[in-house]
Parts: sequence; structure tokens; C-alpha cells
Amino acid sequence: MQKVITVDYEKCTGCRLCETVCSLYNEGVINPELSRIKMIRWEWDGLQIPTLCQQCDVAACMAVCPKNAIYRDKQLGCLKIDYSKCIGCKLCMQYCPFGALTYNFEKNRVIKCELCGGDAMCVKYCETKALQFVDINVAAIPKKRDLAEKIRTEVSVSESP
Amino acid sequence: MPLTGKVAVIDLTKGEITKTSIPEDLRRLYLGGRGLQAYLIYNYLKPRAETIGPDNVLVVSAGILTGSMAPAASRTQWGGKSPVTGAIASSNMGGYFGPELKFAGFEHLVIKGASKKPVYLWVHDGEIEVKDASHLWGKDTFETQQAIREELADEDIKVGCIGIAGENLVRLANFRTGPKDAAGRTGTGCIAGSKKLKAIAVRGRLGLRPAYPQKALEYAKEAIDKIMMTKVAKAMGVDGTSYIWNVTNSSGLLEWMNGQTNRFPFGDWHDMTIERFHEEYSTGIAACFNCTVHCRHQFRLKEGPLAGAFGEGPEYNTQTAFGTYGLNNWGDMLLGWHLANLYGIDTTGWCNAVRGVMELYQRGIIDKKVTGGLDLSWSNAKEITPKLMELTAKNKGIGAIIGRGPLGIISELSKYSDKVDYYIQHCKGLGKLGNVDRVQPSFSLGIATSTRGADHLRSRPALDHFNLPEQVLEKLYGGKVSSDYTSYDGKARMVRWHELTYAVVDCIGTCKFQTVFFSPNLPAYEEWSQYLLYNTAMEFTKEELFEIGERVYTLERMINLREAGHTRADDYPPERSFKEGHKYGLKPVRGKHLDRKKYEKMLDEYYELHGWDNKGVPTQETLKRLELDKEPSHIV
Repeated sequence: MQKVITVDYEKCTGCRLCETVCSLYNEGVINPELSRIKMIRWEWDGLQIPTLCQQCDVAACMAVCPKNAIYRDKQLGCLKIDYSKCIGCKLCMQYCPFGALTYNFEKNRVIKCELCGGDAMCVKYCETKALQFVDINVAAIPKKRDLAEKIRTEVSVSESP
Repeated sequence: MPLTGKVAVIDLTKGEITKTSIPEDLRRLYLGGRGLQAYLIYNYLKPRAETIGPDNVLVVSAGILTGSMAPAASRTQWGGKSPVTGAIASSNMGGYFGPELKFAGFEHLVIKGASKKPVYLWVHDGEIEVKDASHLWGKDTFETQQAIREELADEDIKVGCIGIAGENLVRLANFRTGPKDAAGRTGTGCIAGSKKLKAIAVRGRLGLRPAYPQKALEYAKEAIDKIMMTKVAKAMGVDGTSYIWNVTNSSGLLEWMNGQTNRFPFGDWHDMTIERFHEEYSTGIAACFNCTVHCRHQFRLKEGPLAGAFGEGPEYNTQTAFGTYGLNNWGDMLLGWHLANLYGIDTTGWCNAVRGVMELYQRGIIDKKVTGGLDLSWSNAKEITPKLMELTAKNKGIGAIIGRGPLGIISELSKYSDKVDYYIQHCKGLGKLGNVDRVQPSFSLGIATSTRGADHLRSRPALDHFNLPEQVLEKLYGGKVSSDYTSYDGKARMVRWHELTYAVVDCIGTCKFQTVFFSPNLPAYEEWSQYLLYNTAMEFTKEELFEIGERVYTLERMINLREAGHTRADDYPPERSFKEGHKYGLKPVRGKHLDRKKYEKMLDEYYELHGWDNKGVPTQETLKRLELDKEPSHIV
């Protein structure tokens, strides 16, 4: 089982509560700038997409780290930073293909989503369920069903006299 | 949250900027937001200043909890001296501007003087720069916001700005942000225009630190869960404020054609419903900062000159504004709404003015010579809207008259008839909404005594419609209040309670829609005390907060007394409300208009509760009790 935070941006209202609670829980300050989840907004199209660490299996941040400070928490399935090893070189930030790491300029350290120990605040406070913490295989089933539905409908249409 | 937000005083004449902290004893008196704003206006506004000129001030105030963990704490209050009314300018705006201002280290901006050339303020991380805005002058409010983001190379900048209406000193101009939000009423955009202030751009990376982070976080969840349990939160999340329209329309509580009838006179009302909006125009629904209710409609125009344009936020108030003068479908209403947003015009005030002028035209008081050849018949609403809006924004022709608001229209057009005053419906110079208030004494008293002029957001006791048991009302209001919405009994108490309560909400900076405004089950004093404690470490009892509301409301009253000489004579609803009853709607609505004797008695009760004399002037004892007797004290 692999639980991940999924994003259904069509349900996102852009309220930024995810950023607020993330920064407060993890960094002790309400500051979207220091949130590990980041809302990208196209204000003139009324669209926003929250972005965050994908906890990659083959992780560029982990690979590029010269001090092996990034390790996998096997129980949670997420990547964490060992601050006793981290030298703050920020290479992980540069090489992450999603730009998912953030630099906390107050504490001088790189931060990333570590799933709040398994009870991700962004998910907990997301009222519309645009964010969910679910088994990725379970999350994929509705899409499989959509595809199956399409096949079923088209086949029945094409076979009808 | 150690309260670090500063007051910045920006003198645009001298180009000087000073930054001061807010002493805690001032916080205990005024909290923040609208409260401290009233204090700053009373202290910084040169008494009897011209509204269009350097002696007026534009004060921008985030609430004490704006940007904090208090649910929906997104609000910013805008004020000064109103070019529309000559009394207090005061308007509250949602969106994302206020929290960003707080994250940048500021809570209040007092903008005084006037620049010679167009400028904008760049507020970021404890710094404020005055920057050239010559290249932005003439741009609409959407273009301006985006141009500043591109110029400063940061898409996360929040911009408040004026459109061309503000530039052209149209009195009904507003200051606004994003695709939807506006400090709409009382002419804030006109004040900015007269200072050559095109915009304020904010960006903050300083953040806010709640005093008790864990408690602030947990209590927010508790409050959100409670808010989302209510029926109204669910309805608002789907239909926005428009969920009210079908009810008021079918009850006969909407005033069409400037209050001449309460039955829809413009064809098929089904084209006006929120269901039709969903079917034809909605592209989604969005939220303001930290709000889980999400009541901001999103849409795209489908036809007309702006087909394809994206916009946000038609409200119940959009329907009652544009609908009541003859735009009888969403396509036309949304075009009007969108144009007003691009030009930066107060939709409520503008539509009120248009309704009034259209009735003058209907009655032959003015003709095409006055309208510049425009046919202002109700049936011609669709054709004239874009033209009238453009003329208003450019301050030309009949648009220049409309853009002055009620007092300007009356002074300009009274030469044609002595009845003009009767048909231009306003209180204290601010135009009234398209609601039927005259059957409901509480609503009428509320719009009449409102410190900013005719407006529902100062006191509207929507609860009066709920037919709640009188024991519940007595517990809430601390005295006997009738549960019959057409009764006068106890309604002075009810209105005053809501005035003070909404003043507290505006000091705090949360959205009224997540308060007792809509439901007795939504947050009120008890919850606000907790929000304040966990976020700021300041402790307030319910009584202390209520007294702050009282102080703020009375100080606003003093501003109006000093600036406009407002007293009892200015506390009446439009004359029409005393003379004409409506024919249609529910039985209790039919034929009802206000009874002058009963109204006078209610007004007396209202003054007594406030501690004002029978002329509506705060007594010395009241001023002393509220520690207002030393104002202006110039502490900040």
C-alpha cells in the first residue's frame, strides 16, 4: 500500500488554508511563503492548482544530495530530511523536477513535505476534499471506472441497431 | 500572535512615510480594522476637509485577525471622508489583499496629501515605496493588477487599484482587488483618484505568529466544523448570496423600478434565478482567504462585446442592483457587473442612481435633452447599460450626473422639479439597495441609522425573518424583541445589537457571512474571544467586545457629526417608505409602509440605548464612559 496526497484541482477553491495550516504546523508561523504546499494561481482564468512533493521513488533530491541527508521513511513512504547531515547546499531544490522543496529563510534550512507524520494538515483542513491522503491504487480506481464506463457506453452505442 | 502590524502614514504631497507600532491600550479600545480606522480618520482627517482634495485621507485597515487562523479572516476596511455623502467613507473588502498586507508587516495605511503625478505604493516586507504609475493611468482594474505583477516580476503580489472611474474623480468609484472584491461603497476610488494614487501593491514574507500556535490551529478546525454544519454554509457554497433571491422575489420583498412595484415587471423571472446562472454561465465557485464556505461565483461571458471574458462574484446584490432597473437576464446583468468591475464603479450605488434617474425620465421630469439623447425607458435597460456605464466612468454627460450619487443628482436635477428628492432613494446621501425595507421596521431603521448611509452591512438583522422563538431573541439581544418582522417592538434593541456586533466583526477582520449575520448557530462573541486569545494572547470578555463595538459606532457617529453635521434629521429612510405600500407578495407585505409615529418612537428608543440624546448626538456621559471624550488624542 502506498498512500499519497492527491490533488483534484477542479475541487480547489483557492482559499489557501492548506498553505496556512502547513506553515503554522510545521514552521510555527502563518506564512504561505514557508508552506510546503504551494498554490499556483491563474487569477484571470479563475484557476488554481496546489503543488507539492510527489515523494518520488527515484528521487532527484535524494540522488543529488552530497551528504545523503535525504532518506525514505519506509513506514510513511515519504522522503525526509535529516538535518544533522544537511549542509544547506540547496542542490535538492535545484534538481527537483517539480520545484517542490522550499527554503526557510528564517531558520536557514530546506523544508519539504513530510506528510506531517501521517496526518497531513493540508488534507485535514481541506473542506472540499481537493486534497486527499489515499492509497494511490485506490485513488486510481475511479479513473479506471471512467474508462470502463466509456468503453461500455461506446460499445453499447455501436452495437445498438 | 504578537501584534507586530504597524500603522504607516504616507504623505503623498511630501513623499514622506512614517511607521509606528500600535500601543496595546489603543488595541483594547479599538481592536483593529474598522475600529482603529475610525480612530485614524478622526485623528488624521483635517476637520471639514474637502472630500476631493489633499486634506482628505484614505485609510486602509486590515482587521486585528486578518491573515490569522480565525476562519475567513480575509477582510480589509477602506475609509476616509466620503465624496458621495460628505460623511464617513467606510467599505469592507474580502479576497487576499488584507492577509498579504499583514504578512508584509502592516495593518493600517493612512494615505494623506496628494501626488502631482500618478503613483502606486509598493508595500513589501516592512518597506513602502512610492512608484511612478504614469504608464498605468488609463488602464482598467484587471490590466493594472497584472501589469504591476509583471513589472515587479512576482505573480503572488496582491494589488488593490482604481479603474478609470477613480482617475476621473467619479464619486461612485471604488478601490478594488482581484476579479471580484471591492471596497465598493462610499467612493473610496474617488478619494484615491484625487490623490493620483492608482494602486497599492502588497507582498509579504514576514508571516504572522499566533500566540498559541497549536491551540489556534485546533480551534480553527473546531470552528470550521461548526460553521460547515449549518445549512446556510451549505447553501452559500453552492448558490452564494443568491440563494436568497428566489425567496425574496416570490415573497414580494424586491423593489422593482425604483420601488414602484414589488412584483417582477420585466418578463420571465426564471431568467434571473441562480439556477439559470448555473446552467448557462457558471464555471465554478471560489473562496476568499482561509474560507471554507466558498461563495464566489465564477463565470465567463458568452455574448456581447466582452464575450469570453472571465469574471467572478455576481451576488444577490448584483441581481437586486442590475435586475431592478430592467436587466432581466443573467447575460445582461453579468455584462453590467463586469464593466463596473473593469471601470471600478460601485455597482450598488450606480444602479441605485440609474434607477432613480430612470424614474425621473419615466415621469417626464427629465427628457432626452438632459440625458444627451439617451432613451432611459425601463424597457431600454439593456441598450443603455454599457453606454451609461462608460459615460459614468468618463465623467461625461448624464453619466457625470449619475456618478455623483444621490446628493449630486438631487442638486443637479432639482431645477426640473421639486419632486426629484422623493424619487432619488437614499439615506445620508448613500443610495439604497433594491430591497423592500418599508414593510420591516428593523431593516428600515438599520439603513437609516447606518453610519455610512443606506446599507445593509452595517446592521441588517436578517434573523428578524426567521421567526425565532421570543425566548431565543430575548437571550440574544438582552431584552424583549418581537419575532414578527413587521412589528416595531424591540426592533431598536435588535438593530443596535447588530450595529455593534457587525462593528466588532469588521474590527476583527472575519467575513460577516461566517457570523450571527446569517444564523444564530454561526460564530459570535464567544468564538471571537477564543480566536483573539489563541492568535493574539489578548483576552476579551463578551461585554468588553460589545463595548468596543459601541465605541466604534459612536466614534463613527461623531465623525459624521463633525464632517456632515448629521443628527436626527439624517436618520430616516427615504420618504417613499412612509407613503407608499406595495400591492403584491405575501400577505404581511401587502399594503405596508412605515408608520411615522411608530418610527419616531423606535428612533427614540434607539438613541436611548446608544446613549445619544434625542437629536441623535452622543451625550457627554456616553463619550466619557466610552473614553471618547479625549478624542482626537493623537496617540498614533
